[in-house]
Amino acid sequence: MRGTAIGSARSSVGGGAGRAAGLQVVRAAGLGGVVRTAAGRDAGETGSARTLPVLSGLRALLPGGGLRRGATIAVHTSSVLLALLAAASRAGSWCAVVGLPALSPIAAAEMGIALERLALVPNPGTEWTTIVAALLDGVDIVVAAPPGPVAPVVAGRLAARARQRGSVLMPAGAWTGADLTVAPVRGAWGGLGAGRGRLRCREMTIQARGRGAAAAPREVTLWLPALEGVLPPVTRALPADADSAPAIGAVPDVREEPAGLRRVG
Amino acid sequence: MSVRNRPGCAGWGEAVRTIVVWCPDWPVIAAEIVDGYPAHEAVAVMHANRVLVASPAARAEGVRRGLRKREAQGRCPHLIVFEHDPGRDMRAFEPVLAAVEAIAAGVETLRPGACALAARGPARYHGGEAAAAERIVEHIAQQCDVEAQAGIAEGTFAAGLAARAGVIVPDGETAEFLSGLSITALGRPGLADLLRRLGIHTLGEFAALPGADVLGRFGFDAALAHRLAGGRLDRQAGAGLTPRRPPAELDVAETFDEPVDRVDAAAFAARALAERLHDRLGSHGLACTRLTIEAVTETGEELVRTWRHDGLLSVNAIADRLRWQLDGWLRGKGTRATGIARLRLIPEGVVEHLGLQPGLWGEAGEERDRAHRALTRVQGLLGPDAVLTAVLDGGRADRSRIRLVAWGDERIAHGDEAPWPGRLPGPSPATVYVEPIPAEVLDADGRPVRVGGRLELSGVPAQARIGAEERAVGIVGWAGPWPVDERWWADGESRRAARFQLQLADDRAVLAALRGGAWFVEALYD
Repeated sequence: MRGTAIGSARSSVGGGAGRAAGLQVVRAAGLGGVVRTAAGRDAGETGSARTLPVLSGLRALLPGGGLRRGATIAVHTSSVLLALLAAASRAGSWCAVVGLPALSPIAAAEMGIALERLALVPNPGTEWTTIVAALLDGVDIVVAAPPGPVAPVVAGRLAARARQRGSVLMPAGAWTGADLTVAPVRGAWGGLGAGRGRLRCREMTIQARGRGAAAAPREVTLWLPALEGVLPPVTRALPADADSAPAIGAVPDVREEPAGLRRVG
Repeated sequence: MSVRNRPGCAGWGEAVRTIVVWCPDWPVIAAEIVDGYPAHEAVAVMHANRVLVASPAARAEGVRRGLRKREAQGRCPHLIVFEHDPGRDMRAFEPVLAAVEAIAAGVETLRPGACALAARGPARYHGGEAAAAERIVEHIAQQCDVEAQAGIAEGTFAAGLAARAGVIVPDGETAEFLSGLSITALGRPGLADLLRRLGIHTLGEFAALPGADVLGRFGFDAALAHRLAGGRLDRQAGAGLTPRRPPAELDVAETFDEPVDRVDAAAFAARALAERLHDRLGSHGLACTRLTIEAVTETGEELVRTWRHDGLLSVNAIADRLRWQLDGWLRGKGTRATGIARLRLIPEGVVEHLGLQPGLWGEAGEERDRAHRALTRVQGLLGPDAVLTAVLDGGRADRSRIRLVAWGDERIAHGDEAPWPGRLPGPSPATVYVEPIPAEVLDADGRPVRVGGRLELSGVPAQARIGAEERAVGIVGWAGPWPVDERWWADGESRRAARFQLQLADDRAVLAALRGGAWFVEALYD
């Protein structure tokens, strides 16, 4: 990610004429605001329009602390997906979800996604690639569940399209050549007993691994969903071990659990 | 201020000579025209259980405006009653308006059953105000078989009263005409009642009060009424008539000598047609927010699709939509359109063009336009119903709460504010299967778990097998049964189910339902 940007800048520094021609192309395509040189990037502007925001609990997971425009981020499981979309959607970004008929808009709304800016294409049919490419032209975040295995050529082309248009391509599931793959490692639900209670919260560990700046895997553990608030960090682990069955009725006490969240208010 | 008539001057406080054409008992007449109720018999139009208008025959029997239905029927047992329908009144009035417009231009509808027009033009053309009024009434009678009365005075208010009386008030005598009328003619029952108790019975007496004192004592509305009573103000909106504009012919159509069967040729035609439509709208100072594209193919098949847009459609937007649509029709799968012989663009949702407003929350702009463009493009490829947006309705199950509407349609939620006992509280499952997955839930002895009529379980759920999984997975936590008994009053629609939350040993949590003796997994908390 950052590595590629720097790399391209180095190559353009090599030949002044080539660089001028490149900038010419960029300007002609009306992409002046989208494509920048590495020098501009290195100026240390974080949280700018180049990065879409994510919920605070997930910032540690992503290089740059947000969804970098132009990146391809493969995401496993629906709840992680919705959590990643939530902050950007609330900040005014447009999202489209292709090929996920089972994704629940109710859960999306509960996570804080603005449904009026969430377009759903549940059945893209055989024109999946065309649809995703068309959406990448105009929508900030395109979540795409491929109907089958995607050829590396097609994957590369879509990633290039996202990079060129400054959108975020978020394939649901495995994706060859993804800049980042975000997947839950383990999750333990709390709140349900033997015949009583209800599902209330889950302690989830999410891992992100990728290329370039994100080569080293990063992990965060947080409540998804949480008893209150959105994605507070886990301050006290559930008493259960990660690989054994989670303790029944291990609902963290509201008074002690989201202590970190309380302090914010 | 004296009341004068200065031709051509229609400023504030100066009223123009106005003809008002009034059709008596219009709701009754309209009901006869549209629905065939006999207007010559005892008929009453009701609104909110009170008589709104009664036919002359009913009035002769003592049915008065404002009576309750039961009381009215008590006075006149053979009374025919029906509900007031303003839409019906207006529909029936449309031919009358057309008849008036055939005689004189610039007709303004006051309400169904009454319209107003400036007297000067028709009076000159027909040789006098009386002749003009007579001509209009005659023409309405001939064309629509409707009885009408005309009245002429200064200002719409006075002319309306003159029409009820069927008189032509001579120029400059409007104030005198008004002064003899009852205070109830103002159409403000509360004010009229108050004034009567103060000993003011006619408009003339009211008009004689000092204007400033009326404003101070009775408020703004009474001050307006005061000016009306003096014949000084032509309605609240000020002077002058805003004439009704006949709907303009805005469609554009193109017939091709050679049927268009290639996309590039279609795009070329689309551009030209879009420009023509835009010019036509622009020349009327209008813009449209919805566009209906109608195409007739070589084989005579008609294809129609309406495009909606969140803003006003520019030339490019119209051309794009037309091109995408033609592209979809010509190249899309499952369509039989081989060549397009005729194209028609019908603008709908026409609004006055005042420049595009930015969105209230600042979201309108480049990003929204870009997103809309991309989504509309996908709609062009897959059809408008392929791109959806979710609206959350009221309901108990997750599936019934989600309503998907095509992108661009109105998003209105139904019943979300009502309580839905039995709805599971959040967090909601992130994956809700379109088709619930069949499952088996067994107790510790391997017998299927059943729920009795009183919601007692046949055993404790101990393991579950979902879908085609080979091995059953242990259940480490469960809750339920939560009964759902919906639509038991409707045949064939009733749904009974008992729902459970199950937490499995492999960290999964699911929402399961027992319906008709079979277990299903409805949603996954993934």
